[in-house]
Amino acid sequence: MDRTLLIISTVCFLAAVVHSVIELRAGVFRPMRFNFFAVGLGFIFQTAFLSIRGHSVGRCPLTNLFEVFIFLAWSVALIYMLVGPAYRLSLMGAFTAPLVLLIQGFALIAPIDIRHPARVPANPWLEFHASISTVAYGAFALACIAGVMYLVQERQLKTHQLHSIFYHLPPLTDLFAAITRLLWWGFVLYTFGIVSGFFTGQPLPRVQVVAAIAVWLLYAAILQGQHLRRIAPKRVAALCIVGFSAALTLLWGITFAAQMSSMP
Amino acid sequence: MNLFCVGLSHHTANVETRERFGGHAETDCVLRNAGCTEALLLATCNRVEVYGASEKRVSTDEITRCLMRESENTSAVGDLRYSEVPPFYRYEGAKCVQHLFRVASGVDSMVVGETEVLGQTKKAYEKARASGAAGPYLHRMFQRAFRVAKQVRTHTEITRGSVSVGSVAVDLAQRIFGHLSNCKVLVLGAGETSERTARALVSRGVSDLRVSNRSIDRAHDLARLVGGDAIPFDEWPEQCREIDILITSTSSETPLLTPENLAPMLRDRIDRPLFIIDIAVPRDVAPAVNELDGVYLYDIDSLQSVAEQSLALRRQQIAAAEAIIAEHVADFVDSISRGLNRASQPSEPPFVGDSSLRTSEL
Repeated sequence: MDRTLLIISTVCFLAAVVHSVIELRAGVFRPMRFNFFAVGLGFIFQTAFLSIRGHSVGRCPLTNLFEVFIFLAWSVALIYMLVGPAYRLSLMGAFTAPLVLLIQGFALIAPIDIRHPARVPANPWLEFHASISTVAYGAFALACIAGVMYLVQERQLKTHQLHSIFYHLPPLTDLFAAITRLLWWGFVLYTFGIVSGFFTGQPLPRVQVVAAIAVWLLYAAILQGQHLRRIAPKRVAALCIVGFSAALTLLWGITFAAQMSSMP
Repeated sequence: MNLFCVGLSHHTANVETRERFGGHAETDCVLRNAGCTEALLLATCNRVEVYGASEKRVSTDEITRCLMRESENTSAVGDLRYSEVPPFYRYEGAKCVQHLFRVASGVDSMVVGETEVLGQTKKAYEKARASGAAGPYLHRMFQRAFRVAKQVRTHTEITRGSVSVGSVAVDLAQRIFGHLSNCKVLVLGAGETSERTARALVSRGVSDLRVSNRSIDRAHDLARLVGGDAIPFDEWPEQCREIDILITSTSSETPLLTPENLAPMLRDRIDRPLFIIDIAVPRDVAPAVNELDGVYLYDIDSLQSVAEQSLALRRQQIAAAEAIIAEHVADFVDSISRGLNRASQPSEPPFVGDSSLRTSEL
C-alpha cells in the first residue's frame, strides 16, 4: 500500500517533468500552475507514504537509505512549495520536479529498502538530527536549483542568445536573492542538525563527523564570501551546485555506512 | 447574409498607396454608396479594410470605387487613377472571419504579435457601433475576434520579447534587475537614441537618472527633459561604482570604457550587475568588457540581434496561434449554422440565422 502511494507520487512528478519538456519543445513555457499542482499532489502522496511508514517503523522514517532518499525528496518538494511561489520563481517547479523524480525514482528502483530485522528503538535526538539535516539538504537542493537557473539566465545574457526559456526565468537579482535566502535557511537548519548529532548518545564515526563539518564549512565559506562581497554571484551559483553535490554524497555515505554497520 | 472583407494591407500595397485610402473614407460612405447592411472600416498604418454584411453580394469593385470616390474628394489622392489601384483582396464567410481573427491577434501584422492592432480594431468597432454602422453580424464577429486575440496572447508566445532596439534594452534591464525603480542609470552622450531609451526606462519606473555629456548645457537640457541630474563629463567614470545601467552614445573615436579602467571599479560592487547599452558607432565600450563578471554589454548589433531573435520566436508561434484561430472560426461558423439568432440574449441584437450564409458563403 505505502509503495503504491509513492508510485502515484512519482507519477505526479513525472507528469510535471513531461509537461515542462513538452512546453519547452513547443516554445510555450507556462508551467507554473500545472507544475505547482503536480508537485503539490506528489507532495501529498509523499506525505501520506512517510506517515504510514513512520507508523510502521514507530519513529521518523529515516531508518534506511530508501527512506532517507524519500525524506529528502519530500524536503525538496516542501521547500519548493514554501519558496517557489513566495519568491515568484515561476520556473522553479520545472527544475525541481526532475530532481525529485530522480531521487525518488532511484529510491524506488534500487534495492535499498532493506528493513531492519528488529524495530529500531526511538531516539528523539537522533530523529531530530536526521530529519532537520534532511530538510536542510532540501534547502541546499533548492539553492542548487536556483543556482542552475541563475547560470542558465546569466549564460544567455552574456552570449546574447535568448531562448524562449529566458523570458520565463526570474530576473538575475531576484534569483540571487533567493539563492542567498535558501543558503541561509539550509545553513541554519544544517547547523542545528550537526549540533543535535552530538546529543544522540550514540558514538559518532570520525569520518562522518569530519565530512559533515567539511560540508558545513563549505557553506559557511560561500555565505561569508557572499556577505563580504568576495565572491561574485555567478560563482556563488556554481558553488551551490558543488555544495549540494558534496552534501548529497555525504548523505549517501552516512546512510550507507550506518546501514552496513547495522546489518547482522 | 453575406459576411465579407475587402481591403489593402502591407502585404499587397506599399505605404504610398495605403495612405491614399487610410483616413479618408468613412464607414457611412461605404454603407451609403455600396449598399451594405452593416459595415466597418479598419484603417491603420498597415491596412485599410472594410468589413461588411449585406443581403445581396456587394462587389469588390463597388467597395473600391466607393473608397476611391471618397479619396478623390481630397487633394491628396487627386492624381490616383482607378486603373492604378492595386488589387484589393476579398474574403467571404469563413475566410472573412478567419482574416479578422488573424488581424486582431497580430498574426497578420508586419511585426508579428504586435498588440497595437487590437486596440485599433476595438476603436474601429466602437466607432462603427456608435454610428450604427455595425449591426448584429459584425458585433458578434468582432466580439469573438477580441476574445480570440486575448486567447492567442495568453496561450502562445506570439507577443513575447521585444522587437525594437529601445524596448529590447528596457526588457533586458528588467530581466536583470526585476523592478527598475531602485536602479541608478547614467546616460552618457545626449543623443536622440539615448534620450528615447532613457525615456523608456523612466516609463518603467527608473527615478535615479544621471546625464553626462561633453557639452554640459546639452546634458542639462536632456536631464531636464527626462527628469534627471546633469553630471560633468570628467566625473562620469566614477559613477560606474554606483550605477546599475549605463547608456552610452558619444561620438568618441576610441573606446571610453575598457576592462582596464572598469575592473577596479567593479571590485566594490561585485554583488550587483552592471548593464551597459552601447548604442554609439564607433562603439564607446570595448567588447572585452563583456567578459568581466557581472557585466552585460549590449551594443547596437547585439540589441538588433535580440530583436530579430524575438521576432523569430514570435514567428515560430504562428502555427499555435493559427490552431487557436481555426478552432474559433469553426466554432463561430457552427454557431451561425445552428441558428444562434434566436433572441436568447436580449442585450444583443438577434443574429439572423440564415442557412444560406453557411451554404452559399461559408
